[in-house]
Amino acid sequence: MDANAIYQTPTVEDIAQLLPAKFSGVNVTGTETRRVFATVPRENLFEVCTYIHDNLTFEHCSTVIGVDYVDHLATVYHLTNYYNGVMIELVVDIPCDDMHVDSVTPIWEGANWHERETWELFGIVFDNHPKLERLLTPETYEFFPFRKSYKLRGSE
Amino acid sequence: MTDSIVPIKEIEENMEKMDTDKMWVIMGPQHPFSHGLWTLKVQLDGEIVTDAEPIVGYLHRGWEKEVENREYPKIIPMADRLCYAASMTYTHLYCMTVEKALGIDIPEKAKYIRIVADEVCRIQSHLMWLAAVGTDLGNLTVFLWCMREREYFLDLNVKLCGARMTTNYPRIGGVRNDTTELFDRDILRTVDRFEKALWDIIYLIDDSSIFVSRMKGISILTREQVANVGLTGPAMRGCGVDFDIRRDDPYDNYDKVDFEVPVLNTGDSYARYMIRVEEMFQSCEIIRQAVQKVKALGKNAPYRIKTPSKVPAGTHFTRLEDPRGESLMYLVSDGTDRPWRLKVRSPIFVNVSSAKLQSVGTRIADVPAVLAQIDMCLGETDR
Repeated sequence: MDANAIYQTPTVEDIAQLLPAKFSGVNVTGTETRRVFATVPRENLFEVCTYIHDNLTFEHCSTVIGVDYVDHLATVYHLTNYYNGVMIELVVDIPCDDMHVDSVTPIWEGANWHERETWELFGIVFDNHPKLERLLTPETYEFFPFRKSYKLRGSE
Repeated sequence: MTDSIVPIKEIEENMEKMDTDKMWVIMGPQHPFSHGLWTLKVQLDGEIVTDAEPIVGYLHRGWEKEVENREYPKIIPMADRLCYAASMTYTHLYCMTVEKALGIDIPEKAKYIRIVADEVCRIQSHLMWLAAVGTDLGNLTVFLWCMREREYFLDLNVKLCGARMTTNYPRIGGVRNDTTELFDRDILRTVDRFEKALWDIIYLIDDSSIFVSRMKGISILTREQVANVGLTGPAMRGCGVDFDIRRDDPYDNYDKVDFEVPVLNTGDSYARYMIRVEEMFQSCEIIRQAVQKVKALGKNAPYRIKTPSKVPAGTHFTRLEDPRGESLMYLVSDGTDRPWRLKVRSPIFVNVSSAKLQSVGTRIADVPAVLAQIDMCLGETDR
């Protein structure tokens, strides 16, 4: 398959072939009906997303999710193709000592608020984000409440 | 700016050259158009909106953090509280996510009952929205008629599970109880009656020049803009994106019922209104078919199975077509009886972030009419 061609309705098998062929760091971890799961190294995220948007016609970014695994953090991206309903799940691992990842808002405007939310609740900094400010919590907050180190009263 | 009074004729001649200062107007958090606690800052050049910025977060409860300390079944009533108008779909979504993580398949009957409950929820949510549009555009009759029709569907909720809005009905592994006696008769009567009543409301709106002139040709969005900004649901289908999760990515038994997905390419405010109205008719169709299927399965068919309390470690996500758009839940489980992380993708959270795209270029008086198409609900936006 030609990795540089534009596909409007790529199937799950196509995507599972094309992504590792184009980017050596991308690792497809599994597929289901209309679902592709992959991990992406942090440095490649922006190019991989640009490729998925431009060449595989994934027009919609459903979510950007932050997860705190204590020893590291992760951001998860869910991308949708509107022509055949296929979804790609990208997982990017982020080390605790350098919480930076490229923003995908220049590609999908819909990721804007999700990234702002993930920043304010987890402290993951999205580089090149147009407006990384607090959205849901007050501006005076000095901590990141969704990290596991932030305990709720009554838990434990 | 000069202090002298300029003759009106001279102003009209120099209209092109006149530069007015832009002004920020803050609408909200307590404003009749906002339907909840949020703020819209709009920048005005005369009457025309040149920039807009929504401010949300007044209702942020930390829902996602809160559920990390609860056992899985105890999260079901909390999922109800995400949005009172779409409580059934959120509970359904949550149960579906946990079922996927457990790797179990629920009984056929439960799937069809969930479809019926979801579509009742969709109709009453759309009616709530239509009532809100009525008041926003200055027609109180629409509000009263829609609320009257909505009561019949809330009565169906009562008949099904005993509660009007926060239903707490789906369960992990099925639904809480079987359909009650004569439920199928009542729901078919309600749907038949409702289709006639909906035509009355449509005539009322379409014959009213107030409504039509404030919606037609206002805030036109293209397919590319809508897809890129992440707008989902009826608003997206009014702008030419032919995508409905129920049809294109079916969950439960939606692939076994027959229905059409209304799509319009006009992209204006009026198209988004038309889509929602047409969706209500389609929901009636789905209800009729699903009720027949429930009836055909017989009285003694199982509607719920037992599930283990601990969920195996892993990450799972499911999504469904909420009345307002695409809602998605992402579950990270660590093998205990509590979730490690549960993320909710709320459709309105993204839809309201596109307020700038929708309102720039319209007049300030049309902003409530345009943003009414979002169908605002703060409970799920702020979580």
